[in-house]
Amino acid sequence: MDDRKNIKFILNIVLLLIIGIFLWWGQDNLSAFYIRILNLSAIFAILGISMNLVLGFTGMFSLGHSGFMCIGAYVAAILTMSPASKEIIYFMEPIVPVLAKVQWPILPAIIAAGIVAAIFGFLIGIPALRLRDDYLAIATLGFAEIIRIVVTNTISITNGSLGLKNIPSVKSLWVYWGIAIITIIILKKIINSNWGYAFKAIRDNEIAAEAMGVNIFSHKVLSFTIGAFFAGIAGALMAFLITSVDPTMFRFTFTFQILLIVVLGGMGSLTGSVISAVIITILMEVLRVVEQPFDLFGLLQIPGLPGMRMVIFAIGLLLVILFYRQGLMGTREFNWDYLLDKIHSFKKRGASM
Amino acid sequence: MDIFLQNVANSITLGSLYALIAIGYTMVYGIIRLINFAHADLLMVAAYIAFYGILIFTLPWYWAFILAIVLTTLLGVSIEKVAYRPLRNSPRISVLISAIGVSFLLQNVAIVVIGARPKPFPRPEQLVWNIKVGEISFLSLTILIPIITFILLILVMFIVKRTKMGIAMRAVSRDFETSSLMSVDVNKVISTTFVIGSALAGVGGIMWSMQYPQVDPLMGLFPGIKCFIAAVMGGIGSIPGAMIGGFVLGICEIMIVAFLPGLSGYRDAFAFVILILILLFRPGGILGESTVEKV
Repeated sequence: MDDRKNIKFILNIVLLLIIGIFLWWGQDNLSAFYIRILNLSAIFAILGISMNLVLGFTGMFSLGHSGFMCIGAYVAAILTMSPASKEIIYFMEPIVPVLAKVQWPILPAIIAAGIVAAIFGFLIGIPALRLRDDYLAIATLGFAEIIRIVVTNTISITNGSLGLKNIPSVKSLWVYWGIAIITIIILKKIINSNWGYAFKAIRDNEIAAEAMGVNIFSHKVLSFTIGAFFAGIAGALMAFLITSVDPTMFRFTFTFQILLIVVLGGMGSLTGSVISAVIITILMEVLRVVEQPFDLFGLLQIPGLPGMRMVIFAIGLLLVILFYRQGLMGTREFNWDYLLDKIHSFKKRGASM
Repeated sequence: MDIFLQNVANSITLGSLYALIAIGYTMVYGIIRLINFAHADLLMVAAYIAFYGILIFTLPWYWAFILAIVLTTLLGVSIEKVAYRPLRNSPRISVLISAIGVSFLLQNVAIVVIGARPKPFPRPEQLVWNIKVGEISFLSLTILIPIITFILLILVMFIVKRTKMGIAMRAVSRDFETSSLMSVDVNKVISTTFVIGSALAGVGGIMWSMQYPQVDPLMGLFPGIKCFIAAVMGGIGSIPGAMIGGFVLGICEIMIVAFLPGLSGYRDAFAFVILILILLFRPGGILGESTVEKV
């Protein structure tokens, strides 16, 4: 159906244009608070789909995502901070001379963050991916924790537990959503390529995949490295959004939030991860209400309950995994064919009447 | 020399705490092949129940401890019923996610109900006093904790090796389906395993908070992960293995920090480094045997 291919191409362009117009409109008309939430959801969308590639498409239960984010955030922060502010911030121990004078523009720093995270992903993947299921989970969790501990202790590079401040701030919707859309497109291409088929084969049955001639180990490392690359990029974006990083940001809690996004959206669906990333990020802001004290019509004082949001999210995760394991989208993806078929059948029915 | 003896005493205490908690992990893993992430939080729950029993309800310490162990056991069994049993035939990743969800839920409920701020744990005077031998002085706990651990270890070994339920447990851990065909009530066996594991977690939590007298909602997290590592080191599924793993880990941690103080910032990373080395070079652990998956 050549005709349909053209229609789909045009529809894709139109969709991108609509998103572009929305971003252009939003940049000028939305308040800083809303822009921040949208940017945060772009970051979570990148994290969600990159974890989904590892967990949902390759079937590897890795809990190391926050570690790779941590690396990305620190690389981006150190590369972009101005030499003057580095001198002020590193007062416990001066920064190593090599890094003292470096000041890169934003975009190369983001890419460098991704590459460094990917290198670590590769190095960690080689030993860790010999393991499976829960052993893999605990080993990757361990690696993420080791990364955090090393970052806390190498004071002359990372400024230790004090963290870094005065990282250049990026507020533009274009940067965050632009990178998110590029990530979505790249991952979509990967998943529909030979690599993607190999990943899915490994997920469904490792032994059968091996019998069909898929090199299990190298594909696992590949998927893990790509996941680490995008986690690093998301970490860099996080640093530019918050403008400060410290090691406690990248605790296990962070990985839990990404896991929540992946499970809620459906393991094995990029569309699902993007949708649930936006939903969860917005919910996280909306639910701040329950953590603050408020009074009910002046009659009842309800004290704030710090931590309540996470209780709600944990219950949500349990409900999804116990009763509706496929999540929002299961393994389905958004595609035009479905819509076009609907329109087609509707037209047909209209013609026959 | 005194410092050395002090460190030996410390590492035996820490080792027996690790061992006690690791036994719970290894039993649960042996039967349902699941890292019970919630096990770590049962430590915290037990510590808090004992804490509130003593301070708020002014119970005598032994009643508070018994209450804590009983309630923790009930909680552990109900977690299995609610969060793990419905997923018994689903992919392992789902059960793991469920376990992580439960663990996260317990931690955050504790934060909401109790508050994130650490609180000092009231040590009962009857259990904790100072002992002086020559130049070194140490707490009675240093002796008490290993003794309790050994008694419980022998008890658990007896249950697993000698009783009918123990035989059923070993059968279920060897082959789930065949043992259910042999009219073993699998659900009952799994529940019993959780009863033993959770009770051990309860005892472990109370002793942990007496040794390091502070309770906070995330206190279980690190001991929990480290004890799982100890169980893997010893060979998962093997109770003596968990014991050995716990002691090796405790001694390594204390001794590395004692002899290489420069590395003390990396203390929490040792366990993970050991885990990764063990998994790479001897995946079955010290006492375990490695298995190959067949089609």
